[in-house]
Amino acid sequence: MKSSRRKFLQIAGLSALGWSICPSLLQASGHGGGEGGNGQGVRWAMAIDTRKLDDKLMEECVHACHSIHNVPKINSKQNIKWIWSAPFEKLFPGQMHKFLKEVPEEHTLALCNHCGNPSCVRVCPTKATFKRPDGIVMMDFHRCIGCRYCMAACPYGSRSFNFADPRRFLKEQNPDFPTRTKGVVEKCTFCAERLDEGKRPACVEAAKGAIYFGDLNDPHSEVRQVLKERYSIRRKPGLGTDPSVYYLI
Amino acid sequence: MYDGGKIIAGLAVFVLLFTFPFWYNIGNAAYTRPKLELPKEAKECVEKTEWMRAEHMQLLNHWRDEVVREGHREYKSMVAGKTFNKSLTKTCMKCHDNKEKFCDRCHNSLAVKPYCWDCHVAPKGEK
Ligand code: SF4
Ligand code: SF4
Repeated sequence: MKSSRRKFLQIAGLSALGWSICPSLLQASGHGGGEGGNGQGVRWAMAIDTRKLDDKLMEECVHACHSIHNVPKINSKQNIKWIWSAPFEKLFPGQMHKFLKEVPEEHTLALCNHCGNPSCVRVCPTKATFKRPDGIVMMDFHRCIGCRYCMAACPYGSRSFNFADPRRFLKEQNPDFPTRTKGVVEKCTFCAERLDEGKRPACVEAAKGAIYFGDLNDPHSEVRQVLKERYSIRRKPGLGTDPSVYYLI
Repeated sequence: MYDGGKIIAGLAVFVLLFTFPFWYNIGNAAYTRPKLELPKEAKECVEKTEWMRAEHMQLLNHWRDEVVREGHREYKSMVAGKTFNKSLTKTCMKCHDNKEKFCDRCHNSLAVKPYCWDCHVAPKGEK
């Protein structure tokens, strides 16, 4: 077939018409968004009060989460963590200045931010990581193939990989929650299993008021109230992932 | 016919190999359905026994997708007229509290190895 400039322009014109009639095709390449999460409906969020948390309380939060979710403690680089305490300079590298070191609580809690625009969801080839309509970035451990793209994509180091069978490192198992298996990635799920039962996340309960939890889209929720009153920051906001975990300063 | 003998010998070997599974098992006891230990307290399952026997794997597959991906946790039974929590450990294994004497007996006799138990914890910490 002879191709001419006229033919090329015809095809180009038709394609442009196609995009304009069905603009959703333009978004066909990214499955990161998902409905809800940003607009109407529930969007779960957390506000961590950095002034109220001390080492003991943080330890209790970590213990509450890790014990009910069968998260093993492995004394090496292969350790698994869903929630952990970290120094400010690691969490807020862009906001660090030398006097910040003078505040008594140099550490605070870090966990998956359940981002509104999660890079981990975008890169997951099997959709094992996906965003629920209520904004929770979920892991479907059944589908994870262990490619670890999500670990590379998450700018917060929120994910851990099971290099070995985690059961070998668990002293006690909670029979009501599965363990994971070798070769899958895991992270905090905002206690989706508890939220669906109408309970609050385990770490929020353990924090005794130092972590606020609620619906970001509801102006009367606990989180919104406290965000109105206090100054808050988020981790690496410039990256555009839109974290749902806020830190009250 | 050229090489008739070789062809017939070849055919005989083929037939012999092809039917190997049949005559290899001659004299072995026939398959018997394993005896399962049924729950002592519970009277009814989420569905009828026959249905469960044939379909439990599909049911569990659906449950896991509906729970993990959609957050739908309630199962409305077709026969019992009740609602159950879609959970392997919180519903199934609460009645069938001995995996070895229930699940494993059938699975072993059929040489099926489900990988559910690589993650889900069997009651009483059985392997
Ligand atoms: S913090 Fe990381 S793992 Fe969690 S949603 Fe954001 S990008 Fe994904
Ligand atoms: S929300 Fe739940 S899963 Fe996430 S860190 Fe807190 S306790 Fe763990």
